[in-house]
Amino acid sequence: MEQKTPLYDVHVTEGGKIVPFAGYLLPVQYPSGVIKEHMAVRQAAGLFDVSHMGEILFTGPTALDTLNHLLTNDFTDMPVGKVRYSVMCNDKGGVIDDLVVYKFGDEEYLAVVNAANRHKDYAHMAAHLLPGTKAEDISDSVAQLALQGPSAPAVLQKLVSEDKLPKKYYTAVRDVDVNGMTCMISRTGYTGELGYEIYTAPENAVSLWKTLREAGEEYGLIPCGLGARDTLRLEAAMPLYGHEMDETITPLEAGLDFGVKLGKPDFIGKDALVAAGKPARVRVGLVMTGRGIAREHQPVFLGDTQIGMTTSGTHCPAVGKAVAMALVDAAHSAPGASVDVDIRGRRVSADIVPLPFYHR
Amino acid sequence: MSHTPADLRYAASHEWIKNEDGLSVIGLTDFAQSSLGDIVFIDLPQVGDPVTVGESFADVESVKAVSGVFSPVSGTVAAVNDALLDNPALLNEKPYEAWLIKVSDVSEVGDLLDDAAYDAVCKSEEA
Repeated sequence: MEQKTPLYDVHVTEGGKIVPFAGYLLPVQYPSGVIKEHMAVRQAAGLFDVSHMGEILFTGPTALDTLNHLLTNDFTDMPVGKVRYSVMCNDKGGVIDDLVVYKFGDEEYLAVVNAANRHKDYAHMAAHLLPGTKAEDISDSVAQLALQGPSAPAVLQKLVSEDKLPKKYYTAVRDVDVNGMTCMISRTGYTGELGYEIYTAPENAVSLWKTLREAGEEYGLIPCGLGARDTLRLEAAMPLYGHEMDETITPLEAGLDFGVKLGKPDFIGKDALVAAGKPARVRVGLVMTGRGIAREHQPVFLGDTQIGMTTSGTHCPAVGKAVAMALVDAAHSAPGASVDVDIRGRRVSADIVPLPFYHR
Repeated sequence: MSHTPADLRYAASHEWIKNEDGLSVIGLTDFAQSSLGDIVFIDLPQVGDPVTVGESFADVESVKAVSGVFSPVSGTVAAVNDALLDNPALLNEKPYEAWLIKVSDVSEVGDLLDDAAYDAVCKSEEA
């Protein structure tokens, strides 16, 4: 049985088409449709319910050491208020999940994980805690809204004075009063667009949604569902767990080197990643040049030789093309090459291109 | 609620069909386009291709999903609506004008529903 987020009734009232996703009932789209929702985020603003995301709080004198042991990124020099992306690997170097970590204090960090992986992540984390760290799954006491798009700052500035908002990408400010509600405002997102993720208590979620909807109306803000969330992240070439990475794909194959600090003394999976060396397959972008839309898990051919598989694909509204990401042999991964994707038995041509497809 | 014209006949797999100048004209229903969402791609057969009752003759893709379109009749493709190749969104905008193919030499017709029976099918799928 799927859980409802605190905004379920609001989604129904807004005309959202509700689907089960990662254990939650969430809107895949609203009456505007995926393309209009996507373009609203690229050109104005969109509002997403992302309350399904999991939140795990790490506290204690060894919290930093625990995170450095569990995760591939290095949190040692991280200032309070900073947000950092990371991967969590198994001992073979495969990806258990990708996540972001907020530093609240020297002994307090928050990890935000994918909803579908929440229980698996927590079990893995709990099994590898260092003495002196406590990990707590607080997901059910956190609601999260994502306000994304070039007009997002203008919308928020109607409610919060500018000096209370995080100024830099991947920073956050806690205890911000938004219309009487206490929120954490984070300058992060999963759309490739300027925007914020706003965390608050579940009992504030409906009121916060309505407040942002009203404030955003004059800017063309509309509610956006999971469909647009996926096309936006794909267009921005942001990886999605279960597609670009899973427990059989390493973060280096997925092109996430920036979040993997092999210079750290130790983390789970490091030995396997070092032993594997330079990855034999890598993530690339494909733009379809023939007629067709590649989807996930379709074979990619160079001539008669299969060189890999697609991991995600769709028609991307802002770039106006069918695009895909694929894991292919490193030897055949250079941009410019012409390849074929086997779309349900039909070979359709595509070009390997640099990522991302869209850059704001 | 989707719109279901009374002068057409329907297949339970969400195609509409009508007879026009001795040809069977086939399209996608309002319910089908609404379920799919924004349609961004269509793959159509060529004139002269055979179609068979209950078999897919076209792929329609929205941003999120791929769906086959199933023929309510057996026969030969006599015309295809090329305008859809460049502008598949016509299927969302005018589902009952944006026909997909016209079929000649019809040798078999599958089970067809009137508007009320088709509405009942849609209602049961919505629930």
